[in-house]
Amino acid sequence: MSTLTAGRPGGPPPAGPRTPPPDERLAVGSPLRTLLARPELGAVVGAIAIYVFFLWFAPSFRTGAGIANVLDAASLLGIMAVGVSLLMIGGEFDLSAGVQTATTGLFATILAYQLTLNAWVGVVLALVLALGIGALNGYLLIKTRLPSFIVTLGMFFVLQGLNLAVTKAITGTVLATGIAGLQGWSGVEAVFASTLRVGGVGIRISIVWWIALVVIGTLVLTRTRAGNWIYAVGGGAAAARQVGVPVARVKIALFMGVSVCGWLVGMIAMARSGSVQANLGIGQEFEYIIAAVIGGCLLTGGYGSAIGAALGALIFGMTKQGIPAAQWDNDWYKLFLGVMLLGATVLNNVVRARASGDSR
Amino acid sequence: MRERAARPAAAHPGGDPAGDLVIDLEPATRGTVLVELDHVGKRYGSVVALKDVSTQVRAGEVTCVLGDNGAGKSTFIKIIAGAHQHSEGTLRVDGEETTFASPREALDRGIATVYQDLAVVPLMPVWRNFFLGSELRRGPFLDSARMRATTRDELAKMGIDLRDVDQPVGTLSGGERQCVAIARAVHFGARVLILDEPTAALGVRQSGVVLRYVAAARDRGLGVVLITHNPHHAHPVGDRFVVLKRGQAVCDKVKADLALSELVSLMAGDVSELGLGALEHELGRGKEPAEQPAATA
Repeated sequence: MSTLTAGRPGGPPPAGPRTPPPDERLAVGSPLRTLLARPELGAVVGAIAIYVFFLWFAPSFRTGAGIANVLDAASLLGIMAVGVSLLMIGGEFDLSAGVQTATTGLFATILAYQLTLNAWVGVVLALVLALGIGALNGYLLIKTRLPSFIVTLGMFFVLQGLNLAVTKAITGTVLATGIAGLQGWSGVEAVFASTLRVGGVGIRISIVWWIALVVIGTLVLTRTRAGNWIYAVGGGAAAARQVGVPVARVKIALFMGVSVCGWLVGMIAMARSGSVQANLGIGQEFEYIIAAVIGGCLLTGGYGSAIGAALGALIFGMTKQGIPAAQWDNDWYKLFLGVMLLGATVLNNVVRARASGDSR
Repeated sequence: MRERAARPAAAHPGGDPAGDLVIDLEPATRGTVLVELDHVGKRYGSVVALKDVSTQVRAGEVTCVLGDNGAGKSTFIKIIAGAHQHSEGTLRVDGEETTFASPREALDRGIATVYQDLAVVPLMPVWRNFFLGSELRRGPFLDSARMRATTRDELAKMGIDLRDVDQPVGTLSGGERQCVAIARAVHFGARVLILDEPTAALGVRQSGVVLRYVAAARDRGLGVVLITHNPHHAHPVGDRFVVLKRGQAVCDKVKADLALSELVSLMAGDVSELGLGALEHELGRGKEPAEQPAATA
């Protein structure tokens, strides 16, 4: 116990630089270490590599219009990836995220058309429905204490069944349509599906929505108390609860956030064509999760960023547009997806081990 | 991360903008009885978990609670921490008879508990952990510059010299993680600090680090309740010792009346019929012969 008697408890730390005692093993921060600890590092490197790759093979990547196309393909996925990445940082999944885009779109379209309401009423009521679905997901998770994988898988099937069955029962087909003729439609179209002209290049407004959501998501995560709580409930729910973080409320709010993103994508899909397919979004839930993982979110929660998820979505968009643009067979896309996912997960583990100290 | 460049200037303790939050008791209050247990007991149905325990926690002193597994240590801290209610005797806080309904209530009276495993979120930076649940804000946003500076100052006051409060807590050693949790409890107004086996999972050196911070908390005027099963950890830092054995206090003495050897034998008596002295003797004698049967087997 020589360490005990040698210690000067409570004494003021000596002035000037002092080397920490060797037994405390204080890590000294270097710029390189800080850079490696960023969750989105892998996605940045991946995005640059893939862009350069397609720049070589696909001529359209060298034009403004081509880049606008890539961004458009990335934006719908990217909007969802913001909500999904925040939820993953909070330690949960939402497998019903994809079908929720269809549920909200179908609900708005069918409700407004059948009752001949203003299109905006359909849009707003669909938002209320989305908030309700998200809250229900979160509530079921908290109440049943089941893993979110099971709870939202159940919700996925419930909504998928409802989407198809209700649409067929009311419209007789699997396509809900007719909202385009209603009052207020031009406004809905302007907000969710217009195209802005920037220097001769058409930028779809979904890209603006995407960027806005990434900015909001990043601000929330890094600059607000809510963000602190999101990292805490994902990284150590017991410790968070002990210091008074409302774990249940944070998780429910995160599910509601995903649903709001689903609503936005549903409205964009609806506004672009004036109709909604009942099978919209099925299978997409994994793409959102993959985008978040490529962007550095840990599957176990507690780590990641909204910007990373945006870069993950961008990688998706580039690949989706780049493979046909390079005149390759589209089947290569799936192979590419799998390779990216595996590579990103391995890289994330390395980065996380560095950031959290692999001594334990 | 953006404030990194401006940090050294903000780190001077003199310019600490959060200084008003720091609770520093005047030396005059040292020795004041903060918590007093008077023949306290606890039954769970027909099981007597704790019986007839009396002791005191004084400001600026460390009360060590020792005992083997099942001796009633957890019940003892849970009563003071508000997680359980005593069924016999009297608990007094600041001389006032009290029964806590919840840990929150105990916390509001300045009694904070640091549990060994649940203390921190490993992947989050030190400063975010420090202020988790009590974040400082400017408008809707976190006042991260002030939180970073306060974290550095508070840890420095406890003798922890941390250069980078942005490093994840997981990169700290086990002992330092405990210390961050202790410093956090002290900063947020704890007057009584309950430490549940803070050295149990640590090596000798790390235990020394933690005990040094226990002493630092004591010197800042807190009443510390240190739960441990290791008399060698308790004796150097403790002022008062309670040894629990099968739910009863077999000893409640101040340091002047209790030598380390006496404490060790009190504890060892609980190990088995054998006693630690006899056990040590047997193991020491059995060293060479014991290895041979193992090798032949």
